[in-house]
Amino acid sequence: MSQTAVETTVSGICAALDGGEGPLLPILQAVQAEFGHIPQQALPVIAAALNLSRAEVQGVVSFYHDFREVPAGRHVVRICRAEACQAMGATATAAAAQARLDVDWHGTSANGAVTLEPVYCLGLCACAPAVMVDGRAIARVDAERMTHILTECGA
Amino acid sequence: MKVYVPRDAAARALGADAVVAAILREAAARGIAVELVRNGSRGMVWLEPLVEVQTAAGRTGFGPMTVADVAGLFGDIATHPKALGLVAELPWMKRQTRLTFARVGVTDPLSLAEYEAQGGLAGLRRALGMTGAQIVAEVTESGLRGRGGAGFPTGVKWATVLGAQAAQKYIVCNADEGDSGTFADRMLMEGDPICLIEGMVIAGLAVGATRGYVYLRSEYPDAIATLTEAVRIARAAGVLGAQVLGHGPAFDIEIRVGAGAYVCGEETSLLNSLEGKRGVVRAKPPLPALEGFMGKPTVVNNVISLATVPVILARGAAFYRDFGLGRSRGTIPLQIAGNVQFGGLFEAAFGLSLGEIVNDIAGGTATGRPVKAVQVGGPLGAYFVPAQFDTPFGYEEFDGAGGLIGHAGIVVFDDSTDMLGMARFAMEFCAVESCGKCTPCRIGAVRGVETIDRIRAGEAGAIALLTDLCETMRDGSLCALGGFTPYPVMSALTHFPEEFGTRQEAAE
Repeated sequence: MSQTAVETTVSGICAALDGGEGPLLPILQAVQAEFGHIPQQALPVIAAALNLSRAEVQGVVSFYHDFREVPAGRHVVRICRAEACQAMGATATAAAAQARLDVDWHGTSANGAVTLEPVYCLGLCACAPAVMVDGRAIARVDAERMTHILTECGA
Repeated sequence: MKVYVPRDAAARALGADAVVAAILREAAARGIAVELVRNGSRGMVWLEPLVEVQTAAGRTGFGPMTVADVAGLFGDIATHPKALGLVAELPWMKRQTRLTFARVGVTDPLSLAEYEAQGGLAGLRRALGMTGAQIVAEVTESGLRGRGGAGFPTGVKWATVLGAQAAQKYIVCNADEGDSGTFADRMLMEGDPICLIEGMVIAGLAVGATRGYVYLRSEYPDAIATLTEAVRIARAAGVLGAQVLGHGPAFDIEIRVGAGAYVCGEETSLLNSLEGKRGVVRAKPPLPALEGFMGKPTVVNNVISLATVPVILARGAAFYRDFGLGRSRGTIPLQIAGNVQFGGLFEAAFGLSLGEIVNDIAGGTATGRPVKAVQVGGPLGAYFVPAQFDTPFGYEEFDGAGGLIGHAGIVVFDDSTDMLGMARFAMEFCAVESCGKCTPCRIGAVRGVETIDRIRAGEAGAIALLTDLCETMRDGSLCALGGFTPYPVMSALTHFPEEFGTRQEAAE
């Protein structure tokens, strides 16, 4: 998308959400939903709309784990690393995923199919280990099932 | 034929949607009309997806259901291999005191008519006839304390906001349930969202606030969807809006989604996040009750605290206060998780012993191995060992035993657990999630990981360093993230010194 097109889209998002109290997070979430990440060209547009400095907007983007500054792979697989999932073998699930994709946390497989993210609790602690594939939660995922899920994602 | 299949995220993660599709397919093929209700979860997660069929005797349960088990629901259900009998009569259900979770799993979460038929809105109707001070007094007398973890008396917090003079006040619901092993907020928002809305409206009436926000974590897409729909329904029915139930003052709610920062469960960083800033902790004072969201007086309460208010108003402070133990009044939704045979949500009066919960209710470990440790209260909670299983579940009782109940998540670990590894994880988690405002947390957590690695490498002298570091973090951090990370670390060290080196060296 051209720089002008990005700016136009982001301006529209800002105009739609600017009326609320403290609208920066909803705006960034809408921008990420639109582009899959927060493009650098969006920052000055948002900053101008909210009367913030570009650095302030960048500071918010960099603070939160959800915001990505570069696009993710075609699928985002999030594996819970928290204690309840560890108690049921999440460390092995994560190791299998990293081995299958040949990436560390936050990495994307060489073919661009899967980005691997850690997550600290999906609230599925009584049916652990839990993972989330593109927003869809899956429970009781052992190493073997993890590998199968990644294959389905085209990794 | 009336059939219930939970919409709860845990049920769906275990295949509930496929079971629903199979039921509809099978019914269509047989020409049977099915009334399908997507209810909340009853909390018996080991039985999910738990399908219930309405019979003359009551609701009969089947679980855990697979697609292959569906056809049998259309035959003689008494002989179905997954038949459990009447759900309300199952021991797990009968042993509970369900006050906050009375409707969760029972009703259609998005039916306001069913909500009212099952006792909903009675608390709000009563509150509409009371002054703010009377509502606050009722909540204070109930003994309700913050269920998010801090255990601060809800009525006292409300009284501060009521007494503050301002043109605008706010009710902020903390639905940033980030603690591992906890899912009560999620289950309530997915299973009885109108109850949370009612609680927030009552809070608004009590303190004179007209605007409410729910700060809901992005990791809970199902809860976001269900609560959003419930707010729309409540608004259409006049429960929310310019005049609550047609004659009260104004109150409306907006849902804001978090962005993956654990520290935003801390109330002041939550407020910063809600204002569109980095989720950095604020120093207190000023209290959020006086200078909270947008600098205005703000009630910040956990989902369960707010969702417990309707039953307190409906049945009276004394009814609620009569349950419980010591200064822990009422009921607590225990979340039993990790390596357990029977995991899920179990609401009971305070006072059960930890051993009863782990061995009896949870049925011990899923792996069948001995219990090694139980972490209570999330990633900042202490590890308890079986020798402490007589500790009764209460705020002061757990504090006295060197731990905390937090949001009442209970995570069980079997004897294969590497406790040094768990201590290291606690520090690593703190390093990842630290907001960076205070040095003991930001730097201490990183040094904590390094120090535990030195202990692992055999440098027993580093144990004293770790102990000292934990003391600094505990005493010097601004909020519970840095301040409580020493709980899991030091409890692991205290109970399992042999995993950190020799017993002798640990004692030095």
